[in-house]
Amino acid sequence: MLENNRKLFPYILILPAALVMIGVVFYPFIYNVVLSFSNMSLRNFREWQIIGLDQYYKVFFEPSEPSFYTIFLKTMIWTVANVTFHVVIGVMLAMMLNRQIKGKSVFRTLLILPWAIPQYIVALTWRGMFNYEYGSINLIITKYLGLPAVEWLRSPTEAFLAVILTNIWLGFPFMMVIALGGLQSISHEFYEAADIDGASAWQKFKNITIPLLRPVMIPAITLGIIWTFNNINVIWLVTNGGEPADQTHILVSYVYRAAFGLYRYGYAAALSMVIFFILLIFSLTFMKKTQATKAAY
Amino acid sequence: MRNKAYFKKQMADAVAYLVLIIFAVIAVYPVLQVLSISLRPGDRLLSTSLAIIPEDATFAAYKELFTGRPFLLWMRNSILISFVVTATGVILAALAGYAFSRFKFRGKNFGLLSLLVTQMFPATMLLLPMYIMLVKVGLINTFLGVIIIYSSTALPFCIWTMKGYYDTIPASLEEAARIDGCTQFAAFYKVVIPLAAPALVIVALFSFMTAWAEYVVAAQVLQDTGLWTLPVGLQTFQANMSTEWGLYAAASLIVSIPVVVLFLALSKFLISGLTLGSVKG
Repeated sequence: MLENNRKLFPYILILPAALVMIGVVFYPFIYNVVLSFSNMSLRNFREWQIIGLDQYYKVFFEPSEPSFYTIFLKTMIWTVANVTFHVVIGVMLAMMLNRQIKGKSVFRTLLILPWAIPQYIVALTWRGMFNYEYGSINLIITKYLGLPAVEWLRSPTEAFLAVILTNIWLGFPFMMVIALGGLQSISHEFYEAADIDGASAWQKFKNITIPLLRPVMIPAITLGIIWTFNNINVIWLVTNGGEPADQTHILVSYVYRAAFGLYRYGYAAALSMVIFFILLIFSLTFMKKTQATKAAY
Repeated sequence: MRNKAYFKKQMADAVAYLVLIIFAVIAVYPVLQVLSISLRPGDRLLSTSLAIIPEDATFAAYKELFTGRPFLLWMRNSILISFVVTATGVILAALAGYAFSRFKFRGKNFGLLSLLVTQMFPATMLLLPMYIMLVKVGLINTFLGVIIIYSSTALPFCIWTMKGYYDTIPASLEEAARIDGCTQFAAFYKVVIPLAAPALVIVALFSFMTAWAEYVVAAQVLQDTGLWTLPVGLQTFQANMSTEWGLYAAASLIVSIPVVVLFLALSKFLISGLTLGSVKG
């Protein structure tokens, strides 16, 4: 009886979560796979049929403006730029906060602020701050720096830069918090021993801080890359859906537009699959190389 | 020699302060900016002044928000949805995380790995089929539709967090309770659950934030203006041709303040909870 119970008990515990995940995640996933081989669109909403690999062919070879490859390149720039700045700024601030200085908790609280504010509000607020005539960023640039105003949201490159700046702002506190946790777990003895050996600050950073921070940061960076790659909120809301002229899309915002702006359901489903596999392959290689899951298990 | 070392430390501290102050200003500035716009009188919304407290500061925008706009209705909708999602998320994650932490069973590794893989799904991958399914079963334009989607969004992260935390609680505590005659389930909710309170708090906060601050799903599923949540409502102040800056600013402050306070108050738990999962081997 007890033996039986012990075997059954974990399944009972998991059952509610499993039902939700199967109904809301796995079933839609399978459905998405089917859709990606179909011709479903707003026009063929009821009488859709399986048409094979056509939609995948369209993803890669259909001449469109902007093309899949341009958007893919932008997505890479977006992800690399964001995560790099998140980690560099985050680790730098964490090291400053880890010193014996006054007002530490005040600084920590203020610096976590960008993370605490709901993302859509951050995005819409920065959209306002990038306004050409009345946005505070242009006002600061013209009034205090004496430089010409920048057409932030009207030209593609500047708009893309504006979104990246916004996302860097809201993302560094997460890395800072993780790095701070990691730094606090490093014993002072390492640094004292290094001092006795006459190591320079850079040597201490390179040979003590980085290796000991690594196991904490790698899982956070993996998550950070996946979240940034997939972050539709910021890019969609800052550029108001890809303005100007769909030039500021990353893959997820582009597929959102294909699905809910252009009603190309089959095409959007195929593109979703492509994005998913890009992320899956990347994550598996990254985790294998850095052995991130070792820590996670 | 000692003096030189002392001088060096002073210099390093000064640099640290400088960097911290610069970044603190950058972190706080947009918030002050919103505060400033929300207090501007209607005829000076489009101002080129950089002053934080504007001349003739007024609460007119706040008044208009509560009396002239369906702001309270959006808030009620958001609160309702967020609470249901939080309760569901906490219960499901607390149970499932416990199973993953304490028991060996068939499909355990597959389950944990699948949860990780769901994090790689692009937002539209599930949203599009869910949307079509909701249309077909008639749940479009209902709270139940968004609640179902939200409950699953934060769940994988929450289950992993709970599992990581349970792993740090020694199993001998439950065994002692079992010897005292507790059933398996009683040992779980009387002994383990109270000890896991910090993790439960994080999971609750995450579930709540998912629902409170979600825009993309809500914009597609809730088309009827009476059902709008705060994010969808707020976006209308901003996206139209004539941006209603004052209303937008006032509304976003009201929406953010409770979350920010909660977040900052719980940030200690958050830090330990997030790093715990990754540090332990």
